Amino acid sequence: MGEPIRIRATVAGGLVEVRIVMPHAMETGRRTDAKGEVIPAHFIRNVSVEHNGKVVLTAQWGATVARNPFLHFRFQGGRPGDTIAVSWTDNRGDRRRDEAAIE
Amino acid sequence: MLTSGALAALAWLAAAAGLSRPNPGLAQQWNRAAFEAADMNEALRALGAANAVESKAVRFANPTPEVADNGDAVPIAVASAIPGTRSIAVLVEKNPTVLSARFDIPAGTEAFVSTRIRMGASSAVVALVGAGGNYYYARKQIEVEQCGCGA
Repeated sequence: MGEPIRIRATVAGGLVEVRIVMPHAMETGRRTDAKGEVIPAHFIRNVSVEHNGKVVLTAQWGATVARNPFLHFRFQGGRPGDTIAVSWTDNRGDRRRDEAAIE
Repeated sequence: MLTSGALAALAWLAAAAGLSRPNPGLAQQWNRAAFEAADMNEALRALGAANAVESKAVRFANPTPEVADNGDAVPIAVASAIPGTRSIAVLVEKNPTVLSARFDIPAGTEAFVSTRIRMGASSAVVALVGAGGNYYYARKQIEVEQCGCGA
């Protein structure tokens, strides 16, 4: 499940600016722990962002996206109060979905 | 023992309850061949972008740095001025797996994404844009002061 996704969406000049932080370890599978054992890969593979149920961005990620992934993008047609929903699934099948209103 | 009729009924119940339905909106496909590719040409081939051409209409935007203090989180922003841009991907030539991220851009979304990636060493970074069935790219050398260990 992981921690809640942090979503900030604001309207500026007819566009909605969306900034997202997804708390996640994003382990590459190439690091070792203090005992020298490989830490297994654990990373988000799919991301989807919806505006009032319509997809406005999807992503496929590898393990080299930085820990606690950050994402910033813009789309047209959103208004304050509309819903932004963000979903991710990772390579272990864990998933998380959170929502926020456009400010 | 379940009869095939009972199995069919169970499958129908699961479908009706939404159990077998993927999260709507969440594209479940993941291009394993591209993400596991160890060199640039292999990754581009796996993305269907082997014929990508360099374009000034693809650019690295703020806050992409010339020099990154910390390879664990290097800001990368890509903007495309190519009409009909439908995808943006970020690849790092010297990472053990070169493809970091691929974004799909539906109509109505700006051809711009900003994220943060790991870089194990100073490297050329490629921004790859898909538009109208063709691929275009920009390249930028980013120096990394401290390695993104384990990238």
